[in-house]
Amino acid sequence: MRTKDISQKIGFAALFMCMLVTLFFLGAIIYFIAARGIKVISWEFLTQVPKAGMTQGGVAPAIVGTLYITLGAIAVSLPLGLACAIYLCEYSPKGIFVNIIRMSINNLAGVPSVVFGLFGLAVFVKFFKFGVSILSGSLTLGILALPVVISATQEALTAVPLSLREASLALGATKWETIKKIVLPTALPGILTGIILSIGRVAGETAPILFTAATFYTRRYPDSVFSEVMALPYHIYALMTEGAHPKEQTAIAYGCALILLVLVLAISGAAIFIRQRQRIRNA
Amino acid sequence: MHNNIKMKAENVDFFYGPRQALKDINLDICEKRVTAIIGPSGCGKSTFIRLLNRMNELIPNTSLKGRILLDGEDIFGQQVDAVGIRRRVGMVFQKPNPFPKSIFENVSYGLHVNGVKDKKLIEKKVVSSLEKAALWDDIKDRLHESALKLSGGQQQRLCIARCLAVEPEVLLFDEPCASLDPISTGKIEELIMELKKYYTIVIVTHNMQQAARISDHTAFFLLGELIEMGKTQDIFTAPKDKRTEDYITGRFG
Ligand SMILES: Nc1ncnc2c1ncn2[C@@H]1O[C@H](COP(=O)(O)OP(=O)(O)O)[C@@H](O)[C@H]1O
Ligand SMILES: [Mg+2]
Repeated sequence: MRTKDISQKIGFAALFMCMLVTLFFLGAIIYFIAARGIKVISWEFLTQVPKAGMTQGGVAPAIVGTLYITLGAIAVSLPLGLACAIYLCEYSPKGIFVNIIRMSINNLAGVPSVVFGLFGLAVFVKFFKFGVSILSGSLTLGILALPVVISATQEALTAVPLSLREASLALGATKWETIKKIVLPTALPGILTGIILSIGRVAGETAPILFTAATFYTRRYPDSVFSEVMALPYHIYALMTEGAHPKEQTAIAYGCALILLVLVLAISGAAIFIRQRQRIRNA
Repeated sequence: MHNNIKMKAENVDFFYGPRQALKDINLDICEKRVTAIIGPSGCGKSTFIRLLNRMNELIPNTSLKGRILLDGEDIFGQQVDAVGIRRRVGMVFQKPNPFPKSIFENVSYGLHVNGVKDKKLIEKKVVSSLEKAALWDDIKDRLHESALKLSGGQQQRLCIARCLAVEPEVLLFDEPCASLDPISTGKIEELIMELKKYYTIVIVTHNMQQAARISDHTAFFLLGELIEMGKTQDIFTAPKDKRTEDYITGRFG
């Protein structure tokens, strides 16, 4: 009895320590990025184009570029991923074939992002001749995000109780009506979780946009989906590896990292807000 | 008692994969009467009742032999659409399963999917369905609140209202009171007695008193076979088959 008690206490203490360590790293990341980044953040930094070999002015084109590419990627992965998950979950005959597809999709999630970058370069930039552009970058990142969207959606769809589907069908609804009006709304919070996760992944990716969308330096804002753009992650990478003023550039890189962090948190926050509202409506 | 036959099972065999769940069922369901199906767990009551509105075909690897007729027409016929059959033959399930939507939306759902567009008409039918399901007085000032906030008994009556809104001809109940307390059960029973004036009703129940109280005809199933069917009074007072008698007197089940 005693030893059981003690081992339980030790167990809990160990779990608690692990959580503390995780929290510590999380806090440290936020603290260091924020402490260093905040120094260069100003209205000018957020709204101006870069000047004087990246050491002055702002990073507005990179913020705009990241927003465009991220939204573009969601616009690509959301409809495709939803449709794919709905088909796999609700329509496809169960069997080996579908299991292989599922496994492939899961494997796709493990492919290194630089491979997606090369794929994008070969297919969208070169083959379809979209050039280095928002379109190519969004498509590449969209495909990168697909596995996350698909598996989260599948999970959410499978979690919708059979009893609700039966209730709908028993009222004379077709399968499609049941999916559209009952299954999808009920699964929405779970689907949104997947989208939140994929946004986080997409907005911060560097490698896939390296060859497909990003340019280190432009003074212009994009005027169409065929424009190349600056993007925050790539900008950080470039600031830290190129150029003639390492000291100033490093400071700006931290500023960019902070903005990226806030951007991702803001997009995720919006999605979480929608999800909570839907949960309340569903409850 | 002169009875029109509303539904009819003819030589029905049903299989889950290789396992036979129903064996050569022949059974008549009379119009505007309550037919009770009794029998021990696993004897095929749910399987049978779910054939009557073609819900079983959602389960893969099942097969059916024989015919099930609705007004003399085979509901599994080549030209027949399951969706149309389910509109005519409504179903209330064992566990209340309201949609995670408002009370109003729950009842109007069936109307929407059946193509009713007129807002006034929808509103009228929602109200009348809730009245018929004896739920209106409970919830009339919270029509737009979530249906999941209702009690179990209220939820079950909401599911009945939802069914009534699409104006089915036959109502199937699969152990509708299994998860309810005695007072809610009493209300549902009263409701079924009232509804039989307008609808043909089939109810699966575990509860023999319930079958005796509310049904006109009773069918006793055992191990996938229909052992005996007749007027409820006869089944409960003078069963012809020994096994029926054993079950009714509580010797097994
Ligand atoms: N989806 C299913 N797949 C395979 N077997 C099933 C399924 N549903 C029911 N059965 C089997 O069919 C038999 C009858 O079940 P059921 O109709 O649910 O009985 P009851 O409703 O009388 O308790 C049982 O032996 C059960 O195990
Ligand atoms: Mg059952």
